Amino acid sequence: MNMEIYLQLTEFNQEYAAAVDAADWDRWLEMFTDDCTYRVQSRENFDRNLPMAALSLSSKGMLKDRIYGITETIFHDPYRQNHVISAPRITSISTGLIEAQANYAVFRTKNDGIAEVFNVGRYLDRIRQTPDGLRIESRTCVFDNDMILNSLIYPI
Amino acid sequence: MSQENLIPLLPVWDQPDTSRIPFWAYTSKDIHKQELEKLFYKGHWCYVGLEAEIPETGDFKRTVVGERSVIMVRDAQGGINVVENVCGHRGMQFCREKHGTVKSFVCPYHQWNYDLEGNLQGVPFRRGVKQDGAVKGGMPKDFNPKEHGLTQLQVARRGGVVFASFDADVEPFEDFIGPEMLAYFDRMFNGRKLKVLGYNNQRIPGNWKLMMENIKDPYHPGLLHTWFVTFGLWRADNRSELKMDRHHRHAAMISTKGEGGKNAQTTNISSFKESMQLNDPRFLDVEMEPWWNGPTAVMMTLFPSVILQQQVNSVSTRHIQPNGHGSFDFVWTHFGYEDDTPEMTERRLCQANLFGPAGFVSADDGEVIEFSQQGFEQKPFHRTLAELGGRDIEDTDHMVSETLIRGMYKYWRKVMGV
Repeated sequence: MNMEIYLQLTEFNQEYAAAVDAADWDRWLEMFTDDCTYRVQSRENFDRNLPMAALSLSSKGMLKDRIYGITETIFHDPYRQNHVISAPRITSISTGLIEAQANYAVFRTKNDGIAEVFNVGRYLDRIRQTPDGLRIESRTCVFDNDMILNSLIYPI
Repeated sequence: MSQENLIPLLPVWDQPDTSRIPFWAYTSKDIHKQELEKLFYKGHWCYVGLEAEIPETGDFKRTVVGERSVIMVRDAQGGINVVENVCGHRGMQFCREKHGTVKSFVCPYHQWNYDLEGNLQGVPFRRGVKQDGAVKGGMPKDFNPKEHGLTQLQVARRGGVVFASFDADVEPFEDFIGPEMLAYFDRMFNGRKLKVLGYNNQRIPGNWKLMMENIKDPYHPGLLHTWFVTFGLWRADNRSELKMDRHHRHAAMISTKGEGGKNAQTTNISSFKESMQLNDPRFLDVEMEPWWNGPTAVMMTLFPSVILQQQVNSVSTRHIQPNGHGSFDFVWTHFGYEDDTPEMTERRLCQANLFGPAGFVSADDGEVIEFSQQGFEQKPFHRTLAELGGRDIEDTDHMVSETLIRGMYKYWRKVMGV
């Protein structure tokens, strides 16, 4: 194992969790490459090889449009997220590219509520090593829940 | 208001017509049980799925009619059967997989075995066991397997869509839909084979009727769904029509995106931003399709169980699956057509970002339904208002009306006897 890459990736995922938990969307956006894909897909679709996803964004422009949607246009109950991301499991390292997975659990807390398990799943990642540090080329969040609890607004 | 009026004990429609709907229609457990019986299990066809989900012999999909678990399965003759997921022996919901392929259905509890039509084939130890030269145990001599099959539902197929009914006396499917709606149904399901793209499942904590009403309410899209307006997909002055079947239970909202200039009167919302452009225009990379015959969006409600969506290139069925009076599961099946180019498939998938539980213009629908239900629960003696466009029930050639909601409740009152 390449310890340096392992530690970098571990730190990167923790930074990712901090960014989305803080609703710091600029920081979230900067963690992706320009030609990135970001998908939130049910395990049902993933396992059956069906292309449909709850969210399927395939450029940094689409990520920006999503941010505009969640901050300006979509009406929803305010909530906070809390991500717990496991240590990464690196499946391959080639020139400049890391393929890895990590389990995640996202807890959601609404203004009048207590924390609830909102979304549990696995990141399937292709991470690019760039001069500016690690960047996500592709992240698919494959979630176990059969049902999304009403709506999913923020990235996970 | 006196204390005894706060929680209505008897559901009495104390409103002059259906332009006002009592909150108890959404909060009463008894009403909900009656709805399941009168709307989902009797006299109506309910959506169960698409033929494309079960293309081969033995392919099955587990789903529901109302709150009853059923299995849609393809038999060896190419027929489609729908059977209830309750074993004839001890009543177990034996089918646990959501989909799969089987030769027959077997209940694991005592290995009762059913063919793909739901007929009971095998019962272990039916004739007992032989011990010391004598036959011991077993089913009584008059045990007749024909009487213990799975409950078989009526099945209707049209254009690749499958409906089922527990009611043996249900009217023919085409009569149920009615000629007005059938034309729009056939427009979307015109005989081309469908290609399933996948599912979106969400659990919405609100009464199931609120979702029917949401798609019978053209008042809200330009106001709640700011995204629609911001990016020019919705304008109140788009050429549009509201149509119903003769019972007013089913409806279609038909609209054609115009190219006219923007002004405050047609958008009428403060957050409208004239200069907004998408960073990635693929979300709205619309390509006109021949089968549209004009309208860029047709949203159909087939009462009580399904919504059929065409929003530009995004097509889906949305299955309403109640669980109790205050919650339902909403299952979206996105699809395309067999002759779609890879680019069209990509386009449908990309535009699907607008819809579903995370969609730019659908996430808010689930949210407002949840908070409507909360309002009803705290004030069950009150009523909603649906008077936009007057108090009558009629088809319109504009979107500024709640006539479809009034129509649905007129039908609802008749069937429910309230």
